[in-house]
Amino acid sequence: MSDPAQIIVEDVCHHYRPAVGREVLALESVSLQVREREFLALLGPSGCGKSTLLYLIGGFLPIKTGKILVDGKPVAGPGPDRGIVFQNFALFPWKTVRKNVLYGLERQPLRREERETRAQNFIDLVGLTGFEQSYPSQLSGGMKQRVAIARTLAIDPRMLLMDEPFGALDAQTRSLMQSELLAIWEKTRKTVIFVTHDVHEAVYLAERVAVMTARPGRIKTIVDTQFDKADPDVHRTKVFVEKVDEVWNLVRDEAIKALEKRPP
Amino acid sequence: MTDIPVPKTFFTPNILVRYSPLLILALSWEAASRLHLVSSLALPPLTDVAQAWVELLQSGELVSNGLSSLYRAGAGLALAIVVGGALGIFMASSRTVNAMLGPLVELFYPMPKSALIPVTALWLGFGDGSKILLIFLGCMLPVTIGAFNGARGSDQHLTWSARSMGAGRLRMTWDVVVPSALPELLNGIRTALALSFILLVSSELIVARQGFGYLIGYLGANGSYEAMFAVVLTVAFVGFLADRVYQALVKRALRWRE
Repeated sequence: MSDPAQIIVEDVCHHYRPAVGREVLALESVSLQVREREFLALLGPSGCGKSTLLYLIGGFLPIKTGKILVDGKPVAGPGPDRGIVFQNFALFPWKTVRKNVLYGLERQPLRREERETRAQNFIDLVGLTGFEQSYPSQLSGGMKQRVAIARTLAIDPRMLLMDEPFGALDAQTRSLMQSELLAIWEKTRKTVIFVTHDVHEAVYLAERVAVMTARPGRIKTIVDTQFDKADPDVHRTKVFVEKVDEVWNLVRDEAIKALEKRPP
Repeated sequence: MTDIPVPKTFFTPNILVRYSPLLILALSWEAASRLHLVSSLALPPLTDVAQAWVELLQSGELVSNGLSSLYRAGAGLALAIVVGGALGIFMASSRTVNAMLGPLVELFYPMPKSALIPVTALWLGFGDGSKILLIFLGCMLPVTIGAFNGARGSDQHLTWSARSMGAGRLRMTWDVVVPSALPELLNGIRTALALSFILLVSSELIVARQGFGYLIGYLGANGSYEAMFAVVLTVAFVGFLADRVYQALVKRALRWRE
């Protein structure tokens, strides 16, 4: 707990104007601190602004109210220190797997052979050896997300921002990808902010779960979810079930509020 | 790579089947003329046209006029693709630019570009310059609109991904926005390709001393109708060939979509 926070979000508000209708307050004075090498989940009902908060940290949206510091410096745009993984994979469809993974490396001062080796290492790491020359359209959803993760890890970012990365995958693939991500995280120990609306996923992956309120999004509570997750049957352990219950109770009220707020 | 098997139909249409309507058309043309169903002045027999074509080729007239035309169309089209494509991408990249240039594009898009033939002749004379300018102006907007629509449809998450991997704005535009715009951009270029032939021949018919259009007009005015038809058919064939080659190139460029 004595570690200095790597990401500091202070009093951030965010408005946006939809194509039709009045201005919407998406985030209302959000404050949050993320420690270095921590795995933090941002959990909340859909439309609560959790992705918006992630995009603000990523530097993709302008910060109008409040401030966000990453490694002590205010965020002023995207950068290779914060790797991003999206739900829709966001692979370059006109590039092969290999070229996708090489893309970020080509922006770095590396020698050609070094880039090629690094790219291959990360393709191997996510288990896609043999698919280097495939185009994204030829891969399954799970494979696409593996490529996206390899592409982001290859540039060696200090932080990983993950925006519901497994939301578009079927249940079996999702559960496989979760344990693989955990294994990769234990190996690389990068700071991770993981946006999800899945309580099980949040409790299983994260060390802390920040529960957000329905729109306008605020941080409601932060739940400590650090316990031994090495057990393959961890989902059935008492401590896991209790944590899920605790977090679920916090989220449920917000999910109901979010439903009521939805336009008919 | 997963290959989806193509279902077999009763017979696979081969080249003979595909081009048989063309053959029937050619035979009816020949017959109509030989049997005096139509005046051989209005429609000279196809065999005579073919003979005239050979003579034109041997005299070198077809080649020299053809090369002149291809140069004009190629240069005008190349300019239209570069400038029009860049303009479309630029308009899609900024709301202000779009607000400023959008109305201008909308105003000029539906204008019949052949109306500019006298204007470009007035500015640049009877030579190559006026044709190139005309084709450039006439073909630019379809390319611009294709590039604009394609670029506007590019996935924001893709542009964000490129930016977060260290690409600057210009780099990101080239690496993400341009390839995203490619399918629609290439469609716009196909329209421009067809337009370039129309504008080329019409402008050469009116104000030129060289080119396919000039040759058609000259031969027609001198009563060499067989030769005139030979040039008309040549232009049609060159246009068809250009479109076929273009389609093959597009298919190659968009391989990744399959």
